Amino acid sequence: MSEKFRNTAAALLVALAGLAPSAHAETPNEILASIRQEAASAPGFLAFSAARGERLFNSKHGSDWSCSSCHTENPAATGKHAKTGKAIEALAPSANAERFTNPKKVEKWFKRNCNDVLNRACTAQEKGDVLAYLLTVKK
Amino acid sequence: MSSHTKKFAGMISAALLATSMAMPAAHADDDDRHEGRSGKYGGENRGKPLQPAQSNAKFLQECGSCHIAYAPGLLPAESWRKIMGGLDKHFGTDASLDAQDSKEITAYLLNNASNRWSAPTAPLRITDSAWFKRKHDAHEISPSVWKRASVKSPANCGACHPQAERGRFSEHDIEIPR
Repeated sequence: MSEKFRNTAAALLVALAGLAPSAHAETPNEILASIRQEAASAPGFLAFSAARGERLFNSKHGSDWSCSSCHTENPAATGKHAKTGKAIEALAPSANAERFTNPKKVEKWFKRNCNDVLNRACTAQEKGDVLAYLLTVKK
Repeated sequence: MSSHTKKFAGMISAALLATSMAMPAAHADDDDRHEGRSGKYGGENRGKPLQPAQSNAKFLQECGSCHIAYAPGLLPAESWRKIMGGLDKHFGTDASLDAQDSKEITAYLLNNASNRWSAPTAPLRITDSAWFKRKHDAHEISPSVWKRASVKSPANCGACHPQAERGRFSEHDIEIPR
């Protein structure tokens, strides 16, 4: 292998490594901002409330489970699937830097878990309240 | 009954008699060949290998977030088709996927489903299959083992099969927890 080729290959790898995470990654605050944009179109929207998000997170809504059934009442701690017992990595961004950085993943899990906990889709207000709460949780 | 119908009925009974006589002969003849025809465990047998050499990252990630990523060879293709068609109500929870991920994972599961399942059955639960029940009956596993907190449920393969996620369930790899 020629040295020139090696250098070019190395440069290419560095460039790719730099590109990959930025392709879909966002920060939790950017994701919160896009949820806010969605919520703002609903009449009467004022702001997100971490306190309201915390209440939603810890209470049951007609089903067997609350969010905390699996994520525990401390979202900075490792959770446990209520049915299978499988470990669930911490949900709070302060404890797990990967959380709320991939919009597709965020959408997927809100869809699933809102159906499990509330038997319906969450409103943008509810999602924003919960994320606002999770962002206040310290490690 | 017309003579034509009578003749037909006679043919049917002769055929049935011939079949019933042939059956025990097949049993005595060659057990393996008999199994090959109807299949071991009544045709409800897991495949070999359970986990293909080429794995699928999407399958591992999506099917392994709430439970272990059960090896595709544990169920027949029709079971996987049914499971993937009802992910929004997956054993009491919503496990829905977007169309693209669902398509890729379904293809992987169907390609690697049990290749020794000859029965027309397609259970949704691995624990409902004849091979599972036989391998885990009361002679093999004491009922008290299932009640241990460390085991919790028959769906928790990894409790006793530490290599379960890699599709390895060999008798040598079993470690039953206290």
